[in-house]
Amino acid sequence: MIGNFPYIIAILLVILGIYALLFKRNLIKIVIGIDLVETGVNLFLVTLGYRNSGIAPIYTYAPKAKPMVLPTPQALTLTSIVIGLATTALLLSFAIFIYRHYKTLDVNKIKELRG
Amino acid sequence: MNALIFNAPVLLIAIPLLGAFAVPLIGRISVPLRRIFTGLIALLTTACAGLVAAHVFTSAAPITYVLGGMATLPLGMHFPIRIILEVDGMSAFMVILTALVLITAIFYSFPYWRRRSGGNMYEALFLLLGAGIFGMELTGDLFNFFVFLEITSIAACGLIGFRAWQGKSQEAAFKTMTLYTVSGLFVLLAIGLLYGEYDGLNIAYLAAHIGGSMVDKIALGLLLTALAMKAGAVPMHMWAPDAYGEAPAPIAAVLVANSQASLYGLFRVLFTLYGLTISVTALGWILITLALLTIFVGVTMALIQSDIKRLIAYGAVSQIGYMLLGVGVGLATSAGHQPFGLVAMQGGIFHMINDAACVGLLFLSAGAVIRAAGTRNLNRMGGLGHDLPWTAVFFMIGSFALAGIPPFNGFASKLMIYESTFRYSPILAVIAILGSILLLAVFVKVFQSAFLGPRLGAPAARPSGWMFAAMGTLAVVVIAFGLFPGFFVHTIVTPAAKALWMGRDAYIGAVMGG
Repeated sequence: MIGNFPYIIAILLVILGIYALLFKRNLIKIVIGIDLVETGVNLFLVTLGYRNSGIAPIYTYAPKAKPMVLPTPQALTLTSIVIGLATTALLLSFAIFIYRHYKTLDVNKIKELRG
Repeated sequence: MNALIFNAPVLLIAIPLLGAFAVPLIGRISVPLRRIFTGLIALLTTACAGLVAAHVFTSAAPITYVLGGMATLPLGMHFPIRIILEVDGMSAFMVILTALVLITAIFYSFPYWRRRSGGNMYEALFLLLGAGIFGMELTGDLFNFFVFLEITSIAACGLIGFRAWQGKSQEAAFKTMTLYTVSGLFVLLAIGLLYGEYDGLNIAYLAAHIGGSMVDKIALGLLLTALAMKAGAVPMHMWAPDAYGEAPAPIAAVLVANSQASLYGLFRVLFTLYGLTISVTALGWILITLALLTIFVGVTMALIQSDIKRLIAYGAVSQIGYMLLGVGVGLATSAGHQPFGLVAMQGGIFHMINDAACVGLLFLSAGAVIRAAGTRNLNRMGGLGHDLPWTAVFFMIGSFALAGIPPFNGFASKLMIYESTFRYSPILAVIAILGSILLLAVFVKVFQSAFLGPRLGAPAARPSGWMFAAMGTLAVVVIAFGLFPGFFVHTIVTPAAKALWMGRDAYIGAVMGG
């Protein structure tokens, strides 16, 4: 049970993020929601590669006969974090431009594009 | 020459990627030089696409390209750990489609964007988007697919919101980016699930080992939702009309190709990754339901629009439904291998390139119309046929092709879809035909209000040379595909359809051997 704890946290973060996406009306909070989903997914990936009492996967100085954590999910997570940075920056810059045009961040008040 | 053909798949990604980062530097030296450079990059990319396609269509098995060293594996590994590009008939078909749209859109952009600033960034993002789309179509690795998916998301949203002086475009860009990011993260979550179960990211390796467990089904659900969302299928289409409508006209044409790349990803997952390990009939019906909803909602929403770009955007959404319908019927029959299933696949896949050409043509001519009329509101434009006779002809060709009127290309592919879906279940064909007829009504209305009637005000500005050439090229493609459908179906569509429908073992064998 305790071994599954990180997975539960990861899925909880994803669900929280999706909740924020669906029910929050402030653009910044929507961006935070996306960040939460992303964090949840990243945590999930890192957890996948974790081995109990494992060591860092560096061959040169590794002591013999100790399990290593998987390096691939860490590489995936690193890539995903970089992509997440780009998307968050882009989303926030759109939010800034929207604020300049409409003087509000409330989704309900920005409705030029409907129907 | 052999080395060039051998390396063509990776060059197809590398050339536009290099171009994207070199363009802003060259633009600082001289703007005309930058345009020549971008044009050259686009031409080189198209040449590479041609090479890849010619190579794949003439060789029997899918070609693989291994990045970083030889194909043999170190330390007695039993599964491929390298980054692999894998090109089969379907990928080659998508590459042709993307190259066609990219080259026409970039040449159209030169005069279209001449009087505005920011051309450096515009062309850089454009080439980056192209590199991302090619990457999605060529990669044989699920994680790379995710990376290229995110590259297209970021570049596409940068371009949708490029006109930062308009509030609407920012709104559309924010909405689109939100949905693209969520779909990207769903894909990543699904990749994580599959990796956790099978310890691999290579599509062929996963396909060889996948068993259809509960975790696989959850991953499939995530992938299906995410990729259908990014392709703009109803009920996840909210971003599509905004994005197509608010993006600059040539970008809207490229966004259609981008949506189709996601559709390609969906088909690759369904046919190659999962194949018969899941219930294909149930999944086929899910696709068919999505397809019918998409056709119905797209067409009815197009009826009530008064903004010309938004109207075409809903038309483009409805066309995604036809592709899903054809391929959905193909998927549902892929277990029994009924012959009409292959025809449905061919129809759906042929419709992808037809749609890219005719919707692209419509968006490009709408761009010329908007430039001439100074407005996007159909109620405030009229009489443009006097000053823009050729644009009127191009628009008419595009709308007839979209509505499936012979002798244009839309008719050829839609007829294949009608025939084969009728064999599967007559009601499907009836709804599809009804959608086409309504679409014709919509576009007759647009044509009448934009081009016919007396001149309003001063004579309108004609589209300049490259814009005309780009629209002309797409119009020629639309007519050629409509007049000689047999030839094109035989040379490019059938290998693509067969690669998906019955090529799963060949795709796996090309990487895993045997």
